[in-house]
Amino acid sequence: MRAPSSREAAVGEVLLAVEDVSLSFGGVRALSGVSFDIRKGEILAIIGPNGAGKTSMLNVVNGFYQPQSGRITFKGKVRNSMRPYAAAQGGIARTFQNLALFRGMTTLDNILAGRALKMHRGFFWQLIRFGPALREEVEHRHRVEEIIDFLEIAAIRKIPVGRLAYGLQKRVELGRALAMEPDLLLLDEPMAGMNLEEKEDMSRFIIDVNQQYGTTIALIEHDMGVVMDLSDRIVVLDYGRKIADAPPEEVKRDEKVIRAYLGEPQ
Amino acid sequence: MKAIDRSLDTLPKILIHNAAAIGARPAMRHKDLGIWQTWTWAQMLEEIRAFSVGLAELGLKRGDKFTIVGSNRPRLYWAMCAGQALGAVPVPVYADAVADEMAYVLAHAEVTVAVVEDQEQVDKIIAVSDRLPRLGKVIYDEPRGLKDYVQRRLNSFEDIQSIGRNKLASAPECLKQWEAGVAEGKGSDLSVILYTSGTTGRSKGVMLTYENTIISARNANAFDHLDENEEVIAYLPLAWVGDYVFSYVQAYVAGYCVNCPEAADTVVQDRREIGTTYAFAPPRVYENVLTLTTVRMADAGAIKRKVFDFFIGVAGRWGEKILDGEKVPLTARLLYAIGNLLVYGPLMNQFGLSRVRVAYTAGEAIGPEIFRFWRGVGLNLKQLYGQTEASVYITAQSDGEIHSDTVGKASTDVEIKISDAGEVLFRSPGVFAGYYKDPDKTAEVLTPDGWVHTGDAGFFDPKTNQLKIIDRAKDLGHLKDGTVFAPKYIENKLKFYPNIREAVAVGAGRDFVCAMINIDLTAVGSWAERNNVVYGSYQELAGNPLVYDMIARHIDEVNRSLAEEELMAGAQIRRFLILHKELDPDDGELTRTQKLRRGHIIDRYAPLVEAFYDGSTEAQIATEVTFEDGHKGVLAARVTIRDVKPYPVVRAARLERAA
Repeated sequence: MRAPSSREAAVGEVLLAVEDVSLSFGGVRALSGVSFDIRKGEILAIIGPNGAGKTSMLNVVNGFYQPQSGRITFKGKVRNSMRPYAAAQGGIARTFQNLALFRGMTTLDNILAGRALKMHRGFFWQLIRFGPALREEVEHRHRVEEIIDFLEIAAIRKIPVGRLAYGLQKRVELGRALAMEPDLLLLDEPMAGMNLEEKEDMSRFIIDVNQQYGTTIALIEHDMGVVMDLSDRIVVLDYGRKIADAPPEEVKRDEKVIRAYLGEPQ
Repeated sequence: MKAIDRSLDTLPKILIHNAAAIGARPAMRHKDLGIWQTWTWAQMLEEIRAFSVGLAELGLKRGDKFTIVGSNRPRLYWAMCAGQALGAVPVPVYADAVADEMAYVLAHAEVTVAVVEDQEQVDKIIAVSDRLPRLGKVIYDEPRGLKDYVQRRLNSFEDIQSIGRNKLASAPECLKQWEAGVAEGKGSDLSVILYTSGTTGRSKGVMLTYENTIISARNANAFDHLDENEEVIAYLPLAWVGDYVFSYVQAYVAGYCVNCPEAADTVVQDRREIGTTYAFAPPRVYENVLTLTTVRMADAGAIKRKVFDFFIGVAGRWGEKILDGEKVPLTARLLYAIGNLLVYGPLMNQFGLSRVRVAYTAGEAIGPEIFRFWRGVGLNLKQLYGQTEASVYITAQSDGEIHSDTVGKASTDVEIKISDAGEVLFRSPGVFAGYYKDPDKTAEVLTPDGWVHTGDAGFFDPKTNQLKIIDRAKDLGHLKDGTVFAPKYIENKLKFYPNIREAVAVGAGRDFVCAMINIDLTAVGSWAERNNVVYGSYQELAGNPLVYDMIARHIDEVNRSLAEEELMAGAQIRRFLILHKELDPDDGELTRTQKLRRGHIIDRYAPLVEAFYDGSTEAQIATEVTFEDGHKGVLAARVTIRDVKPYPVVRAARLERAA
């Protein structure tokens, strides 16, 4: 955990830079020549109309898709392709648009699963659950309990996530991503399908994660109110191209953005 | 039973005594990060002493007032005792109070130090701090979110404790001084000021001495044979006299262990893990649990539902008799035993009630059906009647003498009389020392010879010799034709239905009785789901004609039961409506302890009340709503009014014809 500092100081050096990335599936161009950067400590929103390439962008960042051209610099290391597993090890965690939890497992186990990469004892050590393996488990459980406390989900600790309301499942998924202690957290529509109160709660948690743990966050979201309130900077995509990259107040006034959302004036 | 040492006349003295006598026994537990943390009496003394010395270093001294705001956490209980050890007086405030309400109480009580739970409470206090010139330090328990606060007056609980610990370590005479300070306290000293939410107007600060609460607690412990082996869970508001006495004074006096839940919504699980033996809850809690059970059973499979219904029937018929040790046929006993295995046992376990020896309900009348249900399934649920002004206990039911419609006989050392107007008066060692800075109000309630007006109308039931409370004395009214109208009595009948969360009966001085209903979102929501009723908001659901049909059926049943009672038959409900919003303490419609403020509601919804009596079938209403941070909005709606047919009242009908 990094020492907390005021926001201005925290937002600074570039954590991840995307340069001239293009991605296509057969004849469909999902991204063409997109460049932007994510700076340490900020909350960056990626917005755009449906099919603009937002999720593809996230998938490129965490190594799920391999772009045909362009390069990505993460923590100073340049790469043009990476496996999701390596991305996770490198400190990138994400949540998914359509929830990807283990539905039959409890909240606790789901979040504990997020610690998998931090477990150092092998399979057989864990099987006997004794000595160092036990100590390690206790330590991880402690971290997980801190996250449960942080996200205020103590009441559902032992409940299989399949039985939880959608809003709570989203929170559990965020918990699992946090369990990785990521440097960069990617959130794919964290508020989709939530009611107003759940959205407010989730916004609060996102801000708290950013402030308390200093985690850098990149999120995709459709709710403009939420995006404007939450983010330090907004990248707007339209048909796979970047059309704007500015703080919320400027994006709100940007002609190109308005056109992309509302169409050409007749 | 161990002899009672009369020299232990203050709570800090009892703490020191317990730490020496039963020092290794658990005094408090708190579930934190998923694990129960335990403090023994000896450890608790050390924690409290460190904080207390720290407070003294900050300048808190005898006679000062300090406030406690937050949920049930060990440190907030410790803070009370830590201040009391210095002779200062705690003024706990309801954690859900809006900033304005809090400002009033803190200013009125002239508090100089605030010990609060978390950021939420710190924010509220900072927001109103310009109205609190005397307030100095604000001490918080939970640091989350407070890292970036630059406030010189802000300190963490640990900060103060470490000031105290350093002082104790560096100056050996400090311990002696602190103990001398404790010894200086007397039983007649003011120990706490509890602001009652009050069903009318601004809250009043009830002053209680150590003697008041300690004698009441000793009597209560003796009455129910409570000792250091009890386990209780502290989950009711700290500012409420009930929690102050059950989770603090009685625990100290008996030496039992108080368990603080992990969060407000884990109480049931936490209670289950601890296996509490002594439970206390307002009727609403028993009601909610029953509603939850009913809702879940409605979703269960047919076989489970049949089994449940059958054995609940058995419980209703025989359960209470078995609990009271009466003679019942062997077959009934056998059936009950099977029921216990299949239904009652699991049900009690589910809600953490398996080990409960004594459970109390108080604060409001409990629906007789709810009461019978719980006793039927084997919970030793009893009623008591109490007030802040009495240090809780006025009457309580003893084992084996339980009735759903009475509240028991006078508690130990309590005298009761009924005034000519039907109001209940009492006199006891628990009688409060007066309202803080309000001699006029004190004089209204407390007579010179020590009797307290309760403001409740009641009488001693000739069959059982127990006290029976009908209604608030001032709420008891009459219809235009002189028929007795007891609004609460009718409301309680309505509230038994899981679908009805709250009801307001109107009719005093009118031609007939009408009711405003609040539906229960859990119960009605689940019903809507099962019946494919689509709704987007509380308001929409409340206005749905199918919901109206359902509520109309409930009211019809209530009318039928009212028609059977001679006194109440004339006060059947003729018209009703479903309110478009939930009644809320933030809007002043309920008190912080969730009691109706009927007068205020009738004023607030005057257009609806008028519509009841001018024959309209619809009415427009706009109400101001207050959000927790204090800002206001307006909620407007058209509300439908329905008529219901009253049942014929044999005698009254005949009279009408004669006239």
